[in-house]
Amino acid sequence: MAKYSTNEFRSGLKLLIDNEPCSIIENEFVKPGKGQAFSRVKIRNLITNRVVERTYKSGESVEAADVMEVTLQYLYNDGEMWHFMDVDTFEQLAADERAVNDNAKWLSEQDICSITLWNGTAIAVTPPNHVVLEVTETDPGLRGDTSGGGNKPATLSTGAVVNVPLFINIGDRLKVDTRSGDYVSRSKE
Amino acid sequence: MSSKDENSDWQAIASQDVLIARANMLAKIRQFFSNKNILEVDTPSLSKGTITDIYLDALSTRSKHLNKGQTPLYLQTSPEFAMKRLLASGMGSIYQICRAFRDDETGRYHNPEFLMLEWYRVNFNHLQLMAEMDELLVMVLDTEPADIITYQALFLEILGVDPLEDSNECFQKLVTEKANGPTLTDRDELLHCLFAVLIEPQLGKKRPLMVCDFPASQSSLARLSKQDPRVSERFEVYYKGIELANGFHELKDADEQRKRFEQDNAQRLKLNKTQRPLDERLLAALQSGIPDCAGVALGLDRLLMLKLNKKSIQEVMPFPIDRA
Repeated sequence: MAKYSTNEFRSGLKLLIDNEPCSIIENEFVKPGKGQAFSRVKIRNLITNRVVERTYKSGESVEAADVMEVTLQYLYNDGEMWHFMDVDTFEQLAADERAVNDNAKWLSEQDICSITLWNGTAIAVTPPNHVVLEVTETDPGLRGDTSGGGNKPATLSTGAVVNVPLFINIGDRLKVDTRSGDYVSRSKE
Repeated sequence: MSSKDENSDWQAIASQDVLIARANMLAKIRQFFSNKNILEVDTPSLSKGTITDIYLDALSTRSKHLNKGQTPLYLQTSPEFAMKRLLASGMGSIYQICRAFRDDETGRYHNPEFLMLEWYRVNFNHLQLMAEMDELLVMVLDTEPADIITYQALFLEILGVDPLEDSNECFQKLVTEKANGPTLTDRDELLHCLFAVLIEPQLGKKRPLMVCDFPASQSSLARLSKQDPRVSERFEVYYKGIELANGFHELKDADEQRKRFEQDNAQRLKLNKTQRPLDERLLAALQSGIPDCAGVALGLDRLLMLKLNKKSIQEVMPFPIDRA
């Protein structure tokens, strides 16, 4: 397995730490004037998403993690697994609940998602930054109120609940930012 | 794409304002020393002998003028050895602003080539030199006078351990638990790790902090304290979590100096690092006798970075290493 020495550390590098794939967020070279140098590294565990700081002695090597990102189209959920397809090769790939996690609530069929693979297995699914979903449940809209003066919860077709302005009605299609979970606008799509 | 894009890094990162501030700072520093009648000197960057430091690596090159290019010439990691030869030649107090070269990794506060101010004061001990350093810092940085603390008191205050008395196991526990760091066997490496990761970032937040009385095992070219042989008469200066300077009440004993160089080389061998040729001319100068003196080296890029509130020394250099 490939290894990376501390002098190759840079943000985005994928390392295997305590047998789990991690990504370097930040790497700082620290060295007391006449002393041993160290790398102070901020890393994100790609499975748990937890961020920790670790210290490596300069020159130490850490095993690389075989992690890659692929772009796939979401097909369907069979109740247990979420299925995706490569639109060029039609090759299919399934992701389990641990990989899809909270993002399940943003997935609608045919969305193009970014899937993180570790040793060929999906460990994370990132939906498009913006998705358009239909409102299936919300209090009746207040006609004419487009001032954005207040808001209310609305349930979307995928089950996600977002805060929306008072003028939104059942059946409206909304553009939502999946990173923050915020309502962006009404959509004509 | 086009060659124009590939070579767009010909430009300086530092703006004209930064370079003006840089020039002004250098002029101020020269005025500071001139007012004190301290002589400016310039010594060669290249030398046949070099430092034996375990954690500092000198760059080297070759010249056909030295043994037909068979023997390496080392670029100075600081002008210390040559300046001590001037001290031994009776030049009195001297200072130098020069390039220093260290083949370390690069980072926000490290560039393999940097600008150093080094000065020596005859008949000063480290405490007197610390006071003079403070004068310079107040002038350049426009800050309050520095605080002073011993290495031991600092560890006790921040980590609750005694760096001179507590066990390696006790330090390792902190390295593992608080720094999430590696297993280290060497006592000084443990102390370096605790210092660099847990202590240094907290130092000198409001005004510069001078840390003195380093452990004897980290004495380098400083003499040991007569009152407490566990520590050496060495100090370092920190401001806003960044190390700025390192100074010594200089070791005069040639035999002791040779012994320390040889110990370093033995340690280098143990760590699979190449051994370094001792600077025999320095040792001969010490043998002939240097005056009682204290000396200090200050990183000028870091000083300017702090003065201008920049985030990295690369921002205050015309061309850092990746544009060199």
